[in-house]
Amino acid sequence: MTKLTDLTIEQALNGLNNKDFTAVELTQVHIDAMGVHKGLNAYITDTPELALEQASASDVRRASGDARPLDGIPLAIKDLFCTNGVQTTAASRILDGFIPQYESTVTQKLFDDGIVMLGKANLDEFAMGSANTTSYYGNVINPWKRDGDDAELTPGGSSGGSAAAVAARIAMGATGTDTGGSIRQPAAFCGISGIKPTYGRCSRWGTIAFASSLDQAGTLARSVKDNALLLQSISGYDAKDSTSANKAVPDFAAALTGDIKGKVIGIPKEYRMDGMPDEIEKLWQQGIEWLEAAGATTIEVSLPHTKYALPTYYVIAPAEASSNLARYDGVKFGYRADEGDLTNMYEITRAQGFGEEVKRRIMIGTYALSSGYYDAYYIKAQKVRRLISQDFIAAFEKCDVLLTPTAPSAAFAIGENEDDPIKMYLNDVFTVPASLAGLPAMSVPAGLDAGGLPLGLQVIGRAWDEETVLKVSGVIENLSGFKGL
Amino acid sequence: MAKLVKGETGDWEIVIGMEIHAQITAESKLFSGAPTKFGAAPNSQVSLVDAAMPGMLPVLNEKCVEQAIRTGLGINSKINTYSVFARKNYFYPDLPQGYQISQFEDPIVGEGEIEIDLPDGSVKVIGITRLHLEQDAGKSVHDQHPNKTYVDLNRSGCALMEIVSEPDIRSPEEAIAYLSKIRMIVRYLETCDGNMDEGSMRADVNISMRRPNAELGIRAEIKNVNSLKAVGQAIEYEAIRQVEILESGGEVVQETRLWDPVKLETRSMRSKEEAHDYRYFPDPDLLPLKFSQDWVDEIKASLPELPDQKKHRFMEDFGLSHYDASVLIAERSRADYYEEVAKGHDPKLAANWVINELLGILKKNEKTLEQSPISAEKLGGLIALISDDTISGKIAKDVFADMFKNGKDALDIVEEKGLKQVTDSGAIEALIDEVIASNPDNVAKYKSGKDKLFGFFVGQVMKKSQGKANPAAVNKLLKEKLG
Repeated sequence: MTKLTDLTIEQALNGLNNKDFTAVELTQVHIDAMGVHKGLNAYITDTPELALEQASASDVRRASGDARPLDGIPLAIKDLFCTNGVQTTAASRILDGFIPQYESTVTQKLFDDGIVMLGKANLDEFAMGSANTTSYYGNVINPWKRDGDDAELTPGGSSGGSAAAVAARIAMGATGTDTGGSIRQPAAFCGISGIKPTYGRCSRWGTIAFASSLDQAGTLARSVKDNALLLQSISGYDAKDSTSANKAVPDFAAALTGDIKGKVIGIPKEYRMDGMPDEIEKLWQQGIEWLEAAGATTIEVSLPHTKYALPTYYVIAPAEASSNLARYDGVKFGYRADEGDLTNMYEITRAQGFGEEVKRRIMIGTYALSSGYYDAYYIKAQKVRRLISQDFIAAFEKCDVLLTPTAPSAAFAIGENEDDPIKMYLNDVFTVPASLAGLPAMSVPAGLDAGGLPLGLQVIGRAWDEETVLKVSGVIENLSGFKGL
Repeated sequence: MAKLVKGETGDWEIVIGMEIHAQITAESKLFSGAPTKFGAAPNSQVSLVDAAMPGMLPVLNEKCVEQAIRTGLGINSKINTYSVFARKNYFYPDLPQGYQISQFEDPIVGEGEIEIDLPDGSVKVIGITRLHLEQDAGKSVHDQHPNKTYVDLNRSGCALMEIVSEPDIRSPEEAIAYLSKIRMIVRYLETCDGNMDEGSMRADVNISMRRPNAELGIRAEIKNVNSLKAVGQAIEYEAIRQVEILESGGEVVQETRLWDPVKLETRSMRSKEEAHDYRYFPDPDLLPLKFSQDWVDEIKASLPELPDQKKHRFMEDFGLSHYDASVLIAERSRADYYEEVAKGHDPKLAANWVINELLGILKKNEKTLEQSPISAEKLGGLIALISDDTISGKIAKDVFADMFKNGKDALDIVEEKGLKQVTDSGAIEALIDEVIASNPDNVAKYKSGKDKLFGFFVGQVMKKSQGKANPAAVNKLLKEKLG
């Protein structure tokens, strides 16, 4: 029999229904595995007692015929989602010890659907990073290793703990958040799939904000179908979030028909970048061939403002972050350096409470919003953002989805790319444009590089068309025959 | 009313613009469901949003938007069906988010103008620049501990309207009249209770000095001006301070100053160099605020009659003087009371009785109009008795005093006390005859040319009638009898 930790969510739900095992058993094997993989540092806070409690409640429900859609499925929750009574840190010292007295809408929806929370997954501090090396609680280690090399690799970021946990089978799936690629890039680095839905599909209420106009919750799992099941649970309008959309949520799993005949796949020419590794270029071409073989046609499209996406993102996201993080001031909750007068208290609290990357972005954002610079940076960036959105709208007149690589490289060693922030920021070059346009996008593992590390392809869809994104991703998943760890 | 300040080197003109913060009357806060009751226990009216807990998001309270539109219409200003909430970023312990959600480039209400009534009876138009919606901050409490400051977040997130005037105000009197008018309008509209002592209405005053009609000078912003009296005092003080600087060859510093209501002076809070860079930008947690013109029209149709409209109607329909009309409309309840009194009665007489007698006696007894023992209907009854000659104006004052004491109907008092005016000429003639008979000396003197004694005879007749004889009839009949 397959190990319980190797099951997909879909398989586990069948097993639970067939009484092959109980939710408590399923949860316990994951808790045991978490102990074995402690070294990955995928979790900031483990919640085994809570998990077992939830699992036995789940077993009771299932026994009495009241099983909910995800009843008994053990998940990792990114530690950016506030969880009632469970420490929520955003991987920052400034929130160390903070225990919310409320439940984020996303986690509430998952709990309502019966999930079991194994713990709070590690991440880059305030979701700022692409390697999960900015967490106050230490780096997350990618469970993958290069062939013949024992160097510790990064899982990507910022949802690095979520991705590593799912890949290492210490969670069946995970929540993530994606501001500029924070679900898709770690999913690609860890050889799993992850989807960022359309901006407004999931409520942001109770999710600690990084950049409000970009932040969007999503999911990571070991199959496209599992992602569809999880996304189903967390989607939907929430009156408590003014930017959530009052739109009907389709049946995502039902979209996975495998039938993409007649679909037109756009290949954006601007994503062919100088210096991109050959194997990524090759994998991309392979993806095109798979989709054509499945009956789709492919055409080249142009997204002319792509090269401005990264600089635009690195004005808008830090600008919003500089304001969103102002509330962490030592006055009301979280870390406080009790020193000197008010100004001293503010300065020392924030100097000690935030890490280097967060401070860098607060400073960039503060600068971009300053009087005299606002027009040149923030306003200009907003204008370019609109042009980038229009690029996508124009492209989607000619095609149904776009296919691109997820990241310009496979997972790199921890410590690499740390010398120059720009190098790190380049990791998001393929994921940021869809974030700026608020579009749904998914990374699906498609192959391995020469060193045996997973590479992902990204499928970007029209706003509110997660269904086609999932469907096309499902076809790639099938044809690639990708084997996870 | 422009008031010139006489300096040693010539005249100076005061130029004033005002920013009024008016707390919106609403059950809950601008972006949260927390209640807004004044005077509740500290931190008892605070939601997770007001405390800026991580992950909390604002949701706009539609009632507050409606109140802002009502107010905008009430100050004759343009309503913008598209407006944008922006964050004003600064650090302060009573500002939990680290920013205030306000409106910056696109306010909900644009330009307009209102009339202000000046003490000399003249009217002046003051331009309105804008009105925007914003959150109030909490309160820092410094007097509970020798070296700690406490924060009360009850007020955090309450909805404010900031009403900004053009620099059209030229004297302390105009500033007071402007603030009074805005307060009167929001009270009529029930969009703000206008209570300055509870802080639900606060004013910042921008003052600069210039030679008459010259270019605008450098201004100082005076904060903490929290009563009508303080507005006058702060402007007087600041005008003189600035003139002294200018006349000694100095320059006024552009800065924020604080009014000290105890020492009666303004002092520097922060200079332009220390001024905050608020880094305004559109709040990404909120969509732009859009509503239909139809909704605005609907709200407009539901507006009550506003003070100026009422004033003009009282002057035209009731023939009241500008002064009387202004006094009566100063409060909506007063105007309503007056209209009730005037219903079916002489409106000018009604105005006199409300203004001179009723308001006088209420003030003397420290009662509000709502606490008046004399209802509008009863005061109307008294006026009816005067108008139809049942009682004289003099008797009416006695009846009024009784009514104030016991709340009875005027007619009941008149009947109980037998105060009905005697108009029957036979009865009056009999009284006159008695007076003539008992004063032969004075009759002789009168007939020999001492006309002034006529008043003596009137007085005697009135006395005999215990004040009840109709004075006009007494006059007429006496003239006839004395020849």
